Amino acid sequence: MDKLFSGKFLFIGLVFTGLALYPLVASNYGLDLVAKIMIYAILAMSLELLVGSTGLICFGQAAFFGIGAYMAVMLSPESDSANLLWLLPAAILAAAAYALFVGALSLRTKGVYFIMVTLAFAQMAYYVVHDTKLGGGTDGIYLYFKPVLGSVIDLNDAKVFYFFTWVFLVWTFIFLAMLLRSHFGRVLAGIRINEQRMRASGFSTYPYKLAAFTTSGGIAGLAGFLFAVKDGFVNPEMMSWHLSGALLIMIILGGLGHLRGAIIGAFAFVFLQEFFKSSEIFGAFSKHWQLGLGFTIIACVALLPKGLVGLPEVLRKRLDGSRPRDAQVVLK
Amino acid sequence: MDLSIFLIQCLNSLQYGLLLFLVAMGLTLIFGIMGVINLAHGSFYMIGAYMAYALSPIVANAFGGGFFSVLVVGLVLAVILGYFLEWAFFSFLYDRDHLQQVLMTYGLILVFEELRSLLVGDDVHGVQPPDFLAGVIPLGDVMTYPVYRLFISAVCLLLALGMYYIFTRTRLGMMIRAGSTNREMVQSLGIDIKLLYRIVFAAGVALAAFAGMISAPVSTVYPGMGSQVLIICFVVVVIGGIGSIRGAFLAAMLIGFVDTFGKVLLPEAAGVLVYVLMALILLWKPDGLFKTS
Amino acid sequence: MAETLLKGSDITQRWGGLVAVNKVSIEIERGSVHAVIGTNGAGKSTLINILSGEFPPTEGKIELLGKEATHWSQAKRARQGLGRSYQRNTIFPDFSVFENCRLAAQAQVQRPWVWWNDAQKCKQSVESANRALELAGLSEVKERFAGLLSHGQKRQLEIAMCLAIQPEVLLLDEPLAGMGAEETDRMLKLLDNLKAGHAILLVEHDMDAVFRIADRITVMVNGSVIASDTPEQIRVNPDVQTAYLGGH
Repeated sequence: MDKLFSGKFLFIGLVFTGLALYPLVASNYGLDLVAKIMIYAILAMSLELLVGSTGLICFGQAAFFGIGAYMAVMLSPESDSANLLWLLPAAILAAAAYALFVGALSLRTKGVYFIMVTLAFAQMAYYVVHDTKLGGGTDGIYLYFKPVLGSVIDLNDAKVFYFFTWVFLVWTFIFLAMLLRSHFGRVLAGIRINEQRMRASGFSTYPYKLAAFTTSGGIAGLAGFLFAVKDGFVNPEMMSWHLSGALLIMIILGGLGHLRGAIIGAFAFVFLQEFFKSSEIFGAFSKHWQLGLGFTIIACVALLPKGLVGLPEVLRKRLDGSRPRDAQVVLK
Repeated sequence: MDLSIFLIQCLNSLQYGLLLFLVAMGLTLIFGIMGVINLAHGSFYMIGAYMAYALSPIVANAFGGGFFSVLVVGLVLAVILGYFLEWAFFSFLYDRDHLQQVLMTYGLILVFEELRSLLVGDDVHGVQPPDFLAGVIPLGDVMTYPVYRLFISAVCLLLALGMYYIFTRTRLGMMIRAGSTNREMVQSLGIDIKLLYRIVFAAGVALAAFAGMISAPVSTVYPGMGSQVLIICFVVVVIGGIGSIRGAFLAAMLIGFVDTFGKVLLPEAAGVLVYVLMALILLWKPDGLFKTS
Repeated sequence: MAETLLKGSDITQRWGGLVAVNKVSIEIERGSVHAVIGTNGAGKSTLINILSGEFPPTEGKIELLGKEATHWSQAKRARQGLGRSYQRNTIFPDFSVFENCRLAAQAQVQRPWVWWNDAQKCKQSVESANRALELAGLSEVKERFAGLLSHGQKRQLEIAMCLAIQPEVLLLDEPLAGMGAEETDRMLKLLDNLKAGHAILLVEHDMDAVFRIADRITVMVNGSVIASDTPEQIRVNPDVQTAYLGGH
């Protein structure tokens, strides 16, 4: 048990170190790509807090992401850089506030209905920016001056932005890892498995779920802020259900119930996308990159029921000659 | 709004609602009976629409037939496709987690979209309605209404009635209804659950594809049409109550009217109206309008 | 005079036109086991659900430890000292036996905002959990996954999780369901031990067990109480015999 535990942290430590060293060898394109993936990883972890840890399948995470992003752009002055110190908290708080509102209402429903209500609230946010003048309509809006912190942090510099994102990736991971083993996190785990028992033990589960939902929304807002600053541009597609869906795919692909699964899933998903899109490997066929991605996802479902996190276990079991699903069956 | 415009919008609402119902019926049955969240259901609608476009020259060559031969050939192909998909991809998903199903069917969406792109291309196409349905009928003094739209409504209504008959009067319908309320009971009655699943799935695919084919002349055929229909049909299913045919019908009508009139009366808020409606209904009735179990 | 810890007065539950529980009054005292028996559908489960706060009764009043509790949520009742077990196991199969109890015990020390502390090192809940496991006789298997326990042990764990919240009132819904003779003996011994400090309401189908352990028996038929008395009196009560015990 202890060995497994340390192995887990060794792995994630190596990943973070590798990411910190990457700018030494990276091209501009690579730096931008990996920064994007790190933002997705933060976003995926925020969703993992709900789906994998609490058992609340939220199909509207893109809305909180989008609100964080739109806030970053809309609150920035038009002809000057905003100060990070207030812009970032403002973006996070705005996303968390919407999450509090959505959560308070949608947590009244359960199961597939909950999935659909969260989708509905995300679609509302989507159409508000898509159909009204409020957020620039379908064209989106540009962020002409990226936020700064005095002369210490200037996010116009790609490398500075990269490390800025890296710090938040590591912070999010550590924060959520600690949160999940705290009193709060254990209650969420209990709610995921058997909410009735938690209530019978004396936990009012609704406030716990609402707190998880709001926290998740806030972290998604952080990711949205980073994304808007990276591209200097926001548009309604950031709130579309396609992104919410892709995020779910990331965390399932990575392996539900594990924080590192969200990070692995984000990397795997974007890398697969880039791989099948690359014209050096597939030539003209790279235009049809979704075909390869689709089949890979299907193969993952068929062969890796626990996601990529379960891959070492599957391989080990294969080598031992026993079937990979045995352990699961016993536990159930 | 004067009377004839109102009438036209009502007819449009009816037609849209009935089409949604055809697609949503398969979705709600597949979810209610088989317990599978099928994100790829919108793709079947898209496949149907593209079949209406791509099959017509082929069918015309082979049988010399027109639109109706295409419908028949397309329907047969859709049933075969449904039967095959259930066997190849869905049959091992039943005892898996809902999220695994989401992942798998998401993969299928990507595959279908790309296969479509490979086979037919990414262009937007129009499909001609058959000549004798291409006309318009006058409504009031200046307004007219296309005959083909009336035809769609009529066919959908007939299909809905046919389905109603199957559900309420036949043994198959009895099994399906029992299956959507109590899966264990169906198994204990000695019904071949695998065959039932396969039939339901194939029927669901066929209905969605048929809706796609028949609506192709009015909606045009374009990439991404599947996902648009998918989300709205999920809304229908959830408002109606999962597994409930009656609920799906009512919800489809509701969405049809709200969406159509929303676009006329409140164009700024048209997109959001449907979702506001859904959120309100679910907050009022957290299990949809007609709860089955 | 024994101390009444849980008291339900004129509890009625209607589902549409169906009356599931009809004007039932019941008192549960410290140091005694009060059994509720009745055929399937007699309203026993509904009664236990109402008393534990799963849903409010259509009519009636509930007092817990002398306080009016009719409108308290289930969680609040639990925090005030009402523990309940379920007919179906509600354990957490992929947690260790210990963590099952510790998590339940954590309800007594909820500090959700302390996100930096490891919950499994929370002294108070660890102590409560250990005490509960000791009482329930599960100390030896506390490191195992709960899902890997035998059926009898799972039922014991279900009780242990109730004990972990240090309740004064225990509502036990068929704790003996599906148990063999030996497991039943062990469970009855456990209940006997618990009797001294707790007030226990027991819903159970195993008549031999009920008559062995109960101090008072309430018989329900079609949602109504037809008799409530000592086991000796219930055994000879003609109404009960015709309505329920039959050839017992």
